[in-house]
Amino acid sequence: MIEVEALTKRFVVRRGRFRRERHVVEAVNGISFRVERGELLGYLGPNGAGKSTTIKMLTGILVPSSGRVSVAGLEPSSRRIELARRIGAMFGQRVQLWWDLPLLDSFELLRHIYKVPADRYRTTLTRFREVLDLDPFLSTPVRQLSLGQRIRGELTAAMLHSPELLFLDEPTIGLDVVAKQRVRDFLVQVNREEGVTVMLTTHDLGDIERLCERLLVIDHGSLIWDGSIADLKERYGAERTLVVDLEEPAAPLEVEGARVERVDGPRQWLRFRGSAAELTARVARSARLVDLQVAEPDIEEIVRRIYGGG
Amino acid sequence: MVEPLLLWRRLIGAQIRSQLQYRLSVSLDFLGSGLIAFVDFLAVLVIFHNVPRLNTWSVHEVAFLYALTSISFAVTDMLIGHLDLFPQLIRTGNFDILLVRPRSTLLQVFGSDFAIRRFAKAVQGGAVLVYALSGLDLHWTLARAVVLAVSIPAGCVIFGSVWVVGACLAFWTTDGGEFTNAFTYGGNFMAQYPIDVYSAWLRRFLAYVVPLAFVCYFPALFLLDKRDPLGLPRALEFASPAVAAVAACVAGLVWRFAVRHYRSAGG
Repeated sequence: MIEVEALTKRFVVRRGRFRRERHVVEAVNGISFRVERGELLGYLGPNGAGKSTTIKMLTGILVPSSGRVSVAGLEPSSRRIELARRIGAMFGQRVQLWWDLPLLDSFELLRHIYKVPADRYRTTLTRFREVLDLDPFLSTPVRQLSLGQRIRGELTAAMLHSPELLFLDEPTIGLDVVAKQRVRDFLVQVNREEGVTVMLTTHDLGDIERLCERLLVIDHGSLIWDGSIADLKERYGAERTLVVDLEEPAAPLEVEGARVERVDGPRQWLRFRGSAAELTARVARSARLVDLQVAEPDIEEIVRRIYGGG
Repeated sequence: MVEPLLLWRRLIGAQIRSQLQYRLSVSLDFLGSGLIAFVDFLAVLVIFHNVPRLNTWSVHEVAFLYALTSISFAVTDMLIGHLDLFPQLIRTGNFDILLVRPRSTLLQVFGSDFAIRRFAKAVQGGAVLVYALSGLDLHWTLARAVVLAVSIPAGCVIFGSVWVVGACLAFWTTDGGEFTNAFTYGGNFMAQYPIDVYSAWLRRFLAYVVPLAFVCYFPALFLLDKRDPLGLPRALEFASPAVAAVAACVAGLVWRFAVRHYRSAGG
């Protein structure tokens, strides 16, 4: 569905107040990956890592500086219009609905922009009205919608023309727990039942953990991870943490099979692999324990560690 | 060819419905624009209160030029004057949204606003035209009627092309529409007067570079049966539609080139 080879985007920026020097910044630096039809893929990276720039090259918004992109068999920047008919895009922080008009009017306009046949439009809209529960606010002007309602509207708008591939940029940003869940359920349904390929950029690791099987991580313009979430945890997150509360403050414990990561008064954090029971027994032999707890690595921490180059 | 026009009408219809949500605001804007336009024409009358003629041009002849320019400009301003705000669309990166839709970006930008209030200026242009014709003794022939009828849409296309090329600058500067305003609003002002009152380089500029002289000056020479005192070729009097077509093609090409240089914004 998507093929990317050695894709690079350079921007020229000028710095300095008087003598403006040209600097070349590589926002995306020679990345390659493939996405198969029907995948639900997470694309992750810190701010400024090159996520949005990649998505913009995949959707034909930006012209790559070098490298090869093919989306649905088309080269995005030169066949933008053809590609636009087959993909849907939603940018959580941009409004693509008509601000002062009822939500339904936006759908009507998009129907004409995308030239969706009337009967197909009716079927699609009926389904979205049901799945995303749009009816209560279908005739409300967009400017009066809550964020959660508006995002549901934006999702519908991005999919009225039944795209094969959906790009979502921060689709759950700013939503409350219930609204987030609704959006996630919807994406899973669209992906599983209709086989729509979904590429999702997000900072919300909850989205990633609940939705995606495969994850791409980009930092400083380069891909630093391409694989499943399970493998990611295996590779970066095999270590767990044992948090022990001692009777009194002590020097960092010297225990076989673990290293102390942090000390705070009587509390110490030990990183270890393998069995927590064995480690606890060993710790108990060298110090008097008051309390203990085992912390599993969460994806957030894993990501923090790979960003840190760990 | 027809389908994009229908879509454009639909998009503009949506903008009109949007603005009619704020009826009071629209009415006040309309009144305000009308008032400004009225005062603007007073300036022409003030000049002729002090001098009987500008070169060979009488007050009614200048009013005729003024009216042709005003109508063309006002109609263009109403349809695509929002290109003044185009740099914002670039700066915020919202132009992205237009690029992921399967339509010409120019068509979508044209359809992204419609200024009802600027219709007031066209009404004023019409009123000035009536005033001008009342004082002129024109011999109407079929040729004259055709030239008059064609010169207004041709003028719109010429002004529109200047607007589009000006907006393209935003792809590189990301900001600042003021430079463009010098050619659109400034151009409107200059084209309201016979270009023979300007110095030679400015005249050439208006005839050959930014072809605003074709909006009204050259057609008016024919309609009023005057000669260009500086001896520019008479064929230019009929060249407005051709100039408009060329200007539109140039604007379209510049736009296409500019879109490929779009850098978007973060987010």
